[in-house]
Amino acid sequence: MSVHERVPPTKITAIYVYEAPVRLWHWVNAAAILVLCVTGYFIGSPLPTLSGEASDHFLMGYIRFAHFTAAYVFAIGFLVRIWWAFVGNEHARQLFRFPFWSGAYWDGLLQEARWYAFLERRPRKYVGHNPLAQFAMFWFMTVGTLFMIVTGFALYSEGAGPGSWQDSLFGWVIPFFGQSMDVHTWHHMGMWAIILFVMLHVYAAIREDIMSRQSMVSTMISGVRTFKDDDPD
Amino acid sequence: MARLETFYEVMRRQGITRRSFLKYCSLTAAALGLGPEFAPRIAHAMETKPRTPVLWLHGLECTCCSESFIRSAHPLAKDVVLSMISLDYDDTLMASAGHQAEAILDEIIRDYKGNYILAVEGNPPLNEDGMYCIIGGKPFVDQLRYVAEHSKAIISWGSCASFGCVQAARPNPTRATPVHQVITNKPIIKVPGCPPIAEVMTAVVTYMLTFDRIPELDRQGRPKMFYSQRIHDKCYRRPHFDAGQFVEHFDDEGARKGYCLYKMGCKGPTTYNACSTIRWNEGTSFPIQAGHGCIGCSEDGFWDKGSWYARLTDIPQFGIEANADQIGLTVAGAAGAAIAAHTAVSALKRAQHKGE
Repeated sequence: MSVHERVPPTKITAIYVYEAPVRLWHWVNAAAILVLCVTGYFIGSPLPTLSGEASDHFLMGYIRFAHFTAAYVFAIGFLVRIWWAFVGNEHARQLFRFPFWSGAYWDGLLQEARWYAFLERRPRKYVGHNPLAQFAMFWFMTVGTLFMIVTGFALYSEGAGPGSWQDSLFGWVIPFFGQSMDVHTWHHMGMWAIILFVMLHVYAAIREDIMSRQSMVSTMISGVRTFKDDDPD
Repeated sequence: MARLETFYEVMRRQGITRRSFLKYCSLTAAALGLGPEFAPRIAHAMETKPRTPVLWLHGLECTCCSESFIRSAHPLAKDVVLSMISLDYDDTLMASAGHQAEAILDEIIRDYKGNYILAVEGNPPLNEDGMYCIIGGKPFVDQLRYVAEHSKAIISWGSCASFGCVQAARPNPTRATPVHQVITNKPIIKVPGCPPIAEVMTAVVTYMLTFDRIPELDRQGRPKMFYSQRIHDKCYRRPHFDAGQFVEHFDDEGARKGYCLYKMGCKGPTTYNACSTIRWNEGTSFPIQAGHGCIGCSEDGFWDKGSWYARLTDIPQFGIEANADQIGLTVAGAAGAAIAAHTAVSALKRAQHKGE
């Protein structure tokens, strides 16, 4: 059964969708993003100056340390999540796929968009992500995360220096974008893209939990998707 | 053709003692980051190698590279480096002029085919067939291509030759183009900066003559020994950055105490150069030490990277110049408003259909 296939007209009330590693990753990733956004913002626009001797403070140092630590959690978490896509269940793979050539996918996307535009009385039921959610997940989370990891490690490599593994793997990014300042700007824009995603994600999850035909918020805690009705479509 | 003098012979002829010569070799070795055992090798090379002709061309530029170069504080540099490299053509410095000067180019190309170094200060404008920069009655780009053809290597002096600099800043009406985009079949050493540090310039030349090879370059073609670290990495104000102590205004207490200039738009964290170690004018000072942020003059397109006095870069694609935070906040605000409106409509719709 494809993830986009509509639920067959059988009496299904609960399906185990998100396995423990996926749920754990979700919340660890959410915490990392929160830390990254807050510290990242203060790296770009630092807090008001502190007075006294430099040896009395280490504020920027701590902020940057928190940013780099959260970045490693974010990056390693992403790698673990990719690994789980290979060994986990079918729903663990959905985040990394964008079914561009599937007509059913685009049809579902249109239906979902109509539901959000108040043009449909009733949304369809989905076991995994609905097509609109998958669109946002793939482009903001998978591509966006990759973009932030690549640009982030490129910036980190500037401090790590030539010959470091960060420089060997990601140093090419700096001249690719032009110069260091350009990478900073793009990395900053990436943060705002992720903030935009988080806003829409939280809103959509809560709204779907209330208004759609399946559970949302509790599913990312228990892993179980429950359905509110047993209608075939 | 007469036997060519070696560097050492030129130095002696100019009244430099052997003691000073050896001191110069040791200092050069130190400046290049080489061990003490390299000083004799430099001395040996200078005693035995004939001088390498250098043709120094000037395109669209302001001559600040030449001005910097002739101020090299290295004890002997300003006298010797000029003689040492056999600077055969440099229209700013040479005595001859007109046809006599231009004839030297042909002569050197004929006698030293593949064995001379081409140093380029400035860059060629390509718009209108190069008519925006005419040298000796011909477009500079033609002269550049002609001299580059038989050169051994090319040194791109300064940000003009390396990246384009001010004349290539948006909208670049003359289509000023950095040298590496015009000459693609020669090894090019970029020595960016507006201007580059004098000692960096002389050290690059010395390295090339001593070891008869170009120095190790980074991804962007700059010598690693001077451009592998950012100003920020070796800045003496770095402890104030890590502590979170910033200058907020140019006349505040922080400015008097020498706090970090990050919030004043200092480009030290994104600029690769040796200013914070070698400094300028015999190691006297450099911009940050004088209380002004780095403007990032050795970086690609530094004129177009927003205000020199703001940390975040302007993004002109958005019509009115805005930085990443302004754009982000606008988008996030619009999304927040949309979410609020959508919530309200959702609630209304739900109430409407209640009990159906």
